[in-house]
Amino acid sequence: MTDAATERLTSAPQAESEPPGPPSAMRPAELVRWAWRQLTSMRTALALLFLLAMASVPGSLVPQSGIDPVRVAQFKAAHPGLAPWYERLSLFSVFSAPWFAAIYLLLFVSLAGCVLPRSKAHWRAMRAAPPRPPRNLERLPVHVGWRAGRDPASVLDEAARELRSRHYRVVRHEDAVSAEKGYLRETGNLLFHTALIGLLVAVAVGNLYGYKGSVLVVEKAGFSNTLAAYDSFSHGAGFDEDKLAPFTVELDRLRVRYQATGDQRGAPRDFRATLSYQSAPTAATRRYALRVNHPLVLDGTKVFLIGNGYAPIFTVRDSTGEQVFSGPVPFLPQDGNNTSVGVVKVEGATPEQLGFQGFFLPTGTIDARGPISTYPDLLLPTAVLTAFRGDLGTGSGVPQSIYKLDTRAMTQFTGPTGKPLAGALRPGQEMVLPDRQGSIRFDGVRRYATLQVAHDPGKSPALLAAACALLGLMLSLFVKRRRVWVRATAAGGGRSLVEVAALARVEGEDRDGLHDEVTGVVSSLGHEGAGPTTSTIGEED
Amino acid sequence: MAGETLAQLSNNLLYSSMAVYAGAMYCYAAEMAFAPRRQQTRAVPVAERSMATVARTPTAYDAAPRTAVDGGRAPAPPTGTHGTARADRVGRVGVALTVLAFALHLGAVVARGLSAGRAPWGNMFEFSTAGALAVTTVFLVLLARRDPRYPVRYLGLFVVGPVLLTLGLAVTVLYTDSEQLVPALKSVWLVIHVTAAIIASGILTLGFAQTICYLVQDRLERRGDGPAFMARFPSAAALDRAAYRMHAFAFPIWTFAVIAGAIWAENAWGRYWGWDPKETWAFITWVVYACYLHARATAGWRGRKAAYIALLGYGTFLFNYLVVNIFLVGLHSYAGVG
Ligand code: HEM
Repeated sequence: MTDAATERLTSAPQAESEPPGPPSAMRPAELVRWAWRQLTSMRTALALLFLLAMASVPGSLVPQSGIDPVRVAQFKAAHPGLAPWYERLSLFSVFSAPWFAAIYLLLFVSLAGCVLPRSKAHWRAMRAAPPRPPRNLERLPVHVGWRAGRDPASVLDEAARELRSRHYRVVRHEDAVSAEKGYLRETGNLLFHTALIGLLVAVAVGNLYGYKGSVLVVEKAGFSNTLAAYDSFSHGAGFDEDKLAPFTVELDRLRVRYQATGDQRGAPRDFRATLSYQSAPTAATRRYALRVNHPLVLDGTKVFLIGNGYAPIFTVRDSTGEQVFSGPVPFLPQDGNNTSVGVVKVEGATPEQLGFQGFFLPTGTIDARGPISTYPDLLLPTAVLTAFRGDLGTGSGVPQSIYKLDTRAMTQFTGPTGKPLAGALRPGQEMVLPDRQGSIRFDGVRRYATLQVAHDPGKSPALLAAACALLGLMLSLFVKRRRVWVRATAAGGGRSLVEVAALARVEGEDRDGLHDEVTGVVSSLGHEGAGPTTSTIGEED
Repeated sequence: MAGETLAQLSNNLLYSSMAVYAGAMYCYAAEMAFAPRRQQTRAVPVAERSMATVARTPTAYDAAPRTAVDGGRAPAPPTGTHGTARADRVGRVGVALTVLAFALHLGAVVARGLSAGRAPWGNMFEFSTAGALAVTTVFLVLLARRDPRYPVRYLGLFVVGPVLLTLGLAVTVLYTDSEQLVPALKSVWLVIHVTAAIIASGILTLGFAQTICYLVQDRLERRGDGPAFMARFPSAAALDRAAYRMHAFAFPIWTFAVIAGAIWAENAWGRYWGWDPKETWAFITWVVYACYLHARATAGWRGRKAAYIALLGYGTFLFNYLVVNIFLVGLHSYAGVG
């Protein structure tokens, strides 16, 4: 179809047949224009989308350091030959890799280069009148013709009325009517693609100005929203410490519930942390029941409950009989039944520093695998400890993990048989160290909650962009862009030769709808005989 | 306990529905086997084009009604020379059995939900059962509408087969007792997210089946020959359009499912997107189907090439459902398997 009126009903970039190669002898300006046309072509968009999908695959198969650093470390230990190559190719951080960024940035440049000219074309199309009918209406995908017993003018008036009532934009010509509707389709498509750009910008803003920190809080303790309070903290380049919302949070109580029976025994069922918080130092203290999926919102900053565990309470006395340590010590859960590991470091003990390491078992047993918990809740709390004396190494200035004991400068206490001293303590029980070196008593247990504090200023814009994208997508897929032409010519004796024909944006896809539409228009003109002819012209390339 | 009784009832209903589905599948297979030999090759677009040209002479205006040649409007009902009464009868029995199986299947899902006191899609067993139900639902809805734009009558075997396969996998490998959920899964947004994903996957499954049928029919039309039962199917062009409609319908629902999932993730973990394997594959599926929609608007990519992209899209969806849920480590480990 060469007729101007029957060109594709889209402002998508044309020139889609074989893309011409770069002209052999090109001036730089031509080369740039050629390259730009290539980049913004539909083919390139398709290729870049494909690349984007493929590039995401390794990010789901190789452990990612931003998501699970522990598994990255395990992977590196297990594959010492492969790991450096993975490192070099950024395979442990695919989604922040330069090559991944290159793909989506190219895609979005292409997108912008596509959306701008299309918006301009669409703007013009929306204000232009529907084009005059092509000479040969029979060549259109849907066509019908008949002899009517009325004069052309009355047929055309009737047709214009009918098409207007079908929400067409209508132009009455001397011998024909042109009508078009469904401009919202292209509007929706442009909205969708523009919203994708908006989404990218919102994500970037969030990454730049947002922050995220996690903090472990034992029952009856709290924290204030300052950098120093966090166990881990990450933020974007534009983050400003002074802008941290000045709230404080205290954990009054953490209640947990686990599945007690059945094939999911031990599965978590409910976690509920009762918080007292102040949104600012001078604000009133309020309470909040923090649950998973029900974060506390403070000034656009959100506090989430993302984990929990046990902090057994120990009291340690040294060789002088003096109490040198007393308090809860958080232990890290290792499995679904909360078998937890941890250490107690006593720097102030004399004559030497003391260290204890071992397990906390909410429901303890000791079997062939060693000390293990068989249920995640506190049915039979047990602390299994071994003891060391010497230099904890905490004074060296090198930061230490609070969950690990550096025993290089320490000696382990041994029992009467020469085997390492180990005690399995129930609440209230005490393990006495040999040679009057002191003792450790297991007083009881508190729970702790791991809280995540997150601030993401790009979140609401991202949601808005996503909603616009969805709306645009639906318009672009479900609104039908159609042109209908009616031509009536005098056939003598007050009769006329009437033709109705229609065109859809992508003919094949809207064919049946188009057929029904034309049938409707035709019958409103009083013709009941022949149905329209539907051809598949324009369906193949 | 009432909960356990209901859960038991749910299992019994599910097994019954599987038996009935199996009967329906047998009927659909028999329907194909009874189909008579292909009588004539289909009218190809070239023929239609010459037809349209005939209409150009003004005298043709008063001629008899002229409608589409290739059955693109309604899939020419397989009567007379195209089918035998026997094939039709057994096919209709197949549809009746599908309706019965659907009722039992629906009962199973509802009873499961009542037994746990929540939306019955909280673990992989339930997700599979509900997803299979969505496939049957979409099929029956389209069948009942008799809309020529959504021809599905011929799809019986391709719908009931995968449904039965999914249910078989669910009751053997994926089964978990009816219980409450872990705290992270207690969220309205999760219910919305999974519901949308289940509906989208039901529609995508039908689109997938139609795409396969299109590819087969297209090949046969080029050769001008093929097994008898394919003559009962719509033309390749009609199948292609129908598959496109299915995908275009599912794509926004999938988009919505991904957005709802992001909202849920933000509520549960404080970040709306974290490239968790499950999220990554939902994204990949989305991008591949976007490729498909683009391909259909790109010269040189319409037709078979676009269809292959749609198949790839379904492949990524299956990968997410089977491989990612069970084998890859992530926050969305709600499979409850093993
Ligand atoms: C971020 C990546 C992109 C995504 C996710 C995306 C997604 C989509 C989707 C889902 C459609 C289907 C809507 C419809 O059929 O009307 C579509 C249509 C379209 N896209 Fe994109 N797109 C992207 C990038 C691009 C780029 C870079 C271009 C420029 C070449 C482009 C040009 C178009 C055009 C012209 C259409 C309408 C096709 C038609 O007229 O049927 N898109 N896009």
